[in-house]
Amino acid sequence: MSLLSQDLGDKIIAKAKGAVTAASMAFGELNLEARADQIVPLLTLLRDDSDFQFQQLVELCGVDYPQRPLRFDVVYLLLSLTKNVRIRVKVQTDEDTAVPSVASVYPNADWCEREAFDMYGIFFSGHPDLRRILTDYGFHGHPLRKDFPMSGYVEVRYDDSLKRVVYEPVKITEFRAFDFLSPWEGAQYALPGDEKAKG
Amino acid sequence: MADDMTSLPAVPETKVRKFNINFGPQHPAAHGVLRLVLELDGEVVERVDPHIGLLHRGTEKLMEARTYLQNTPYFDRLDYVAPMNQEHAFVMAIEKMLGLEVPKRAQLIRVLFCEIGRILSHLLNVTTQAMDVGALTPPLWGFEQREKLMVFYERACGARLHANYFRPGGVHQDLTEALIADIDAWCVDFPNYMRDMDDLITGNRIFKQRNVDIGVVTREEALAWGFSGVMVRGSGIAWDLRRNQPYECYDELEFDIPLGKNGDCYDRYLCRMEEMRQSVRIMRQCCAKLGTTPGPVMTENNKVVPPRRADMKRSMEALIHHFKLYTEGFHVPAGEVYTCVEAPKGEFGVYLVADGSNKPYRCKIRAPGFHHLQSMDWMNRGHMLADVSAILGSLDIVFGEVDR
Repeated sequence: MSLLSQDLGDKIIAKAKGAVTAASMAFGELNLEARADQIVPLLTLLRDDSDFQFQQLVELCGVDYPQRPLRFDVVYLLLSLTKNVRIRVKVQTDEDTAVPSVASVYPNADWCEREAFDMYGIFFSGHPDLRRILTDYGFHGHPLRKDFPMSGYVEVRYDDSLKRVVYEPVKITEFRAFDFLSPWEGAQYALPGDEKAKG
Repeated sequence: MADDMTSLPAVPETKVRKFNINFGPQHPAAHGVLRLVLELDGEVVERVDPHIGLLHRGTEKLMEARTYLQNTPYFDRLDYVAPMNQEHAFVMAIEKMLGLEVPKRAQLIRVLFCEIGRILSHLLNVTTQAMDVGALTPPLWGFEQREKLMVFYERACGARLHANYFRPGGVHQDLTEALIADIDAWCVDFPNYMRDMDDLITGNRIFKQRNVDIGVVTREEALAWGFSGVMVRGSGIAWDLRRNQPYECYDELEFDIPLGKNGDCYDRYLCRMEEMRQSVRIMRQCCAKLGTTPGPVMTENNKVVPPRRADMKRSMEALIHHFKLYTEGFHVPAGEVYTCVEAPKGEFGVYLVADGSNKPYRCKIRAPGFHHLQSMDWMNRGHMLADVSAILGSLDIVFGEVDR
């Protein structure tokens, strides 16, 4: 991992002609921020240029930040086996704007993009077959979004009288999220009895 | 010749119909719950559409609602054939963000149990691959050895499968002298079993007929489709994270990395067989080094690592730490890391996004099987229906990690 440094990031910014907006090192890893509409030419460059040689797309996934106007990050983890370097490219998008599919550059992006679509509802334009992949047939919603409850909306069971599987609204009580944060560190509320303390 | 053909009596043309068949989800050769929709022309496979997700448990969602320490057991349930290798990637991600040093003895124990996991996984895969093509004896023999390894798991941490043994900062408890000696004794004995397996399968005519030149993956294909582990090494690419991006103390240990030549199912089988022998070599070195490396198996940083139970009885400080770590848990600084290990099935990675709280903001699990399984379509095209199970077997799929 000796080649990995800020220099590589600067080199990519110079060669990418505006597709990469920022490069930063954190925890010994290189993060690039890119423009979503330029992702296909950018990844093609990173794969084919002799200075970079990122032959593999290791992983592609979404991250949800609901408070941002562009709420989703799409993260591409790339690996160069010849240079022994890993980098991370991130683009931002929202619920309606499609990100160009990179399945033409890295064929294994096919299922990864299907998963990101399934879990977050991120659209990928030009994807050969954008179907749900992990969730049930006929599933509604995108479970990894932060506004999707952990217990889900429907539960499934076999009904012996109907002789088939039935879907019903979940009956279990809400997951009990105990708050263990130290009040002097994380909690953003007044503790019982503490209401007047600030007064 | 052409003249003869024209003089043949005209045969009425039969209508050829393509078949769509379902393979699974309850098929013994599907290695779990996989539904394959196969499009067949006669007996030749034209298209494969794998339907996965039947074992989807929402691990990544569940993890976002639990503390870091509560999340490690979820990793045992991914690739349940080699549980500790998965935990390893997760605890390494936490250690990288917290900047924790792992003591030498803990590193050796981790490597030792990772290699046990590798043998556990390869034993299951190699023998069930033989079963997929018709041999019933190998799995029975293999499971006898796996049972012995499971007992080592149990003696180390109390659980045969869901170990929860690797913790951020080290491993949960030290190994006893007797256990190390027994593992070493097993390592001496295991090559005999490998010889039996070799005699039984490697040269077997039927096994070769079913696997040689089946499911060939070229170097370019292996790279483009995000393959890792045995799937790239079977195609002759010298890439092993233990050697190329060494973690723990792999750079101090001696082992060879077997490479395939043709990239077919048979080469991948041979790679796995040789990797088991190399794992035994690593395990013996670990056992020897553990004898000469005394010391702690956890870092002493009590802001992350719970104190020993004995300390809690006497020290107020230790009691407070224990209470805070098992309720609130430790906080991980904001940021993101990707760590990966060479799991038996390939590169198993964890992409962890932390927001500075006691729970992960996002944890993406990179399962090697997910990327391998999606190549079922092009690998099977033009092969016969019976080859589907041979190819699936050689991909080494476990649905716990594919579906997460």
